[in-house]
Amino acid sequence: MSKPKVFEKPIGVKDYLPLAVAKLRRIERQALDCMSQWGYEQIITPTMEFYDTVGVASATSDQKLFKLLNNRGTTLVLRSDMTAPIARVVSSLLKETAFPLRLSYHANVFRAIEEEAGRDAEFYQTGVELVGDPSAEADAEVVALAIASLKAAGVERFKIAIGHVGFLNGLFEETLPNRPEAQEALKACLLGRDYVGYREKLRELKLAEPVQRELEGILRLRGGQEICDQAMEMSVDATAKSSIKHLCEIWDVLKAYGVCDNVLIDLTMIGDFSYYTGMTFEGYAADLGFPVVSGGRYDNLLTQFGRPAPATGFALKTTRILELLGSEEEPQPERVLIGYDALGREAALEQAQQLRAEGVIVVTVRMEAAEANANSAKQSGYAKFIPFFGAQESKGEQTK
Amino acid sequence: MSGQQDILKVAMPKGRIYKQASKLFREAGLPIPVDFDDSRKLIIEVPDARMEFIMAKPVDVPTYVEYGVADIGIVGKDVLMEENKDVYELLDLGIAKCRMSVIGLPDWKPAIHPRVATKYPNVASQYFRELGQQVEVIKLNGSIELAPLIGLADRIVDMVETGQTLRENGLVEMESIFGITSRLIANRVSYRMKNDQIQKLCDLLQHTLAAKA
Repeated sequence: MSKPKVFEKPIGVKDYLPLAVAKLRRIERQALDCMSQWGYEQIITPTMEFYDTVGVASATSDQKLFKLLNNRGTTLVLRSDMTAPIARVVSSLLKETAFPLRLSYHANVFRAIEEEAGRDAEFYQTGVELVGDPSAEADAEVVALAIASLKAAGVERFKIAIGHVGFLNGLFEETLPNRPEAQEALKACLLGRDYVGYREKLRELKLAEPVQRELEGILRLRGGQEICDQAMEMSVDATAKSSIKHLCEIWDVLKAYGVCDNVLIDLTMIGDFSYYTGMTFEGYAADLGFPVVSGGRYDNLLTQFGRPAPATGFALKTTRILELLGSEEEPQPERVLIGYDALGREAALEQAQQLRAEGVIVVTVRMEAAEANANSAKQSGYAKFIPFFGAQESKGEQTK
Repeated sequence: MSGQQDILKVAMPKGRIYKQASKLFREAGLPIPVDFDDSRKLIIEVPDARMEFIMAKPVDVPTYVEYGVADIGIVGKDVLMEENKDVYELLDLGIAKCRMSVIGLPDWKPAIHPRVATKYPNVASQYFRELGQQVEVIKLNGSIELAPLIGLADRIVDMVETGQTLRENGLVEMESIFGITSRLIANRVSYRMKNDQIQKLCDLLQHTLAAKA
């Protein structure tokens, strides 16, 4: 690559100008406030971690991690999510703290990306982890909190799809016993959202007619509670059954939360099998091409840090929510301009401090009295102009 | 939900595939007029079918769908394999059938520095890597068959429909890599937010295809 031009920055990173920052901060604040009302306490972890600990444990694939070397030659990573760093903290600094732990975070995370994909290499996530509770109640709590946070952040029309990795694991084990390659191939198709490939693989496997029809049928397992009942009929496998039972329980709890309108069950919605161990979910907002929230249960992660524990959580993609709400008018706080000359300085700055203490935004500018009258450009963008010229007190407010 | 929500945005490939796809849509009972493709309009409303067609260059269809500016799209498997976008591949429409193949001169012998010319550099690289061959892939934008004839490359990777062009230029199909048909694809979010409409369309098309088979 040739030397970058002075205005250029690396692909995938962004600047945020004041108007966008105001909106982004509001989204984050409202989401974090919501999480704190549910008893989640915010923590901060470092931007850099060791590759061999957090880097290896994270759900992000190796080639998507930003790696760097420290001065001793040890490989570091820029955090690619907050789940693995929090698992590290829970297993070390918070080792003595009893479960369940409710933690929230707001952080920038980094993913190395292919150049043309137009995705962010650095973006912001606000989320929670609920550690030490294996129950359906805990899973339902994070789903309900994700819904509450989206609403708090101002997202109006959205849907959450919930799935469970255990159902497919169990169903495949039952229908394709001792055929791990066939199972992997089918899962790879579903993970790649390739339904055509999935049907082709099924035909190649030459299964008995009812089995094939059943496995093709899961592509349609999408909807409300009735899906749980249908799925329950499909499999006698213990893993599949207990997964569906767990999902039914989550649904019941969500019903009690009164949020089922926003939720659909989708048993083809599967996250990364090597990472997620139970319920997984994704949230979609109308008019935005990419998911705004994702999460699920990951009961194996904490083992890698030496404190085995079940855990579940989610991350809101606040920069995507900003994209969604970006065109909405943000209420602008009132700004006041105080102009003063040498003689009026003391009174002017005192007045400014007083107004700021009352919560008003005040900008002070040294100027000449003549300028104040003639040059309105300096005063534009302010709701009010207060002059302090000469020795006497303010001549009164001049409203623009 | 009402208004804008009900309209399904469909990225349609201009040209060869469009004619066959719109015919299939009509066979499925969707009121799609016949003569769209000749018009120069880029966005065509089909209010009777509650759809809006975005007339796109075929290779761009997966991009529109991935970003969600189109809810669904119709695209050849060749483009899907090459572009590798994160979209749902819902249905094999069975139209625009052809195959991706390795092509060369009849007297081809392994070259010291093998070079492969193609419109599909990702597909070609991946195929030869899986065979354990390191080849230099040269991206061309058209008339790929020229490359072995004038010595730019010793083999090419390209789509073969009838094999007519190959025969006329004295080339032979050496291996077939994968079969190609057009697919119905969907955006990750639209597939959930407009699930009823997309599922209904899928079912209609699937029935039509099953009836034809």
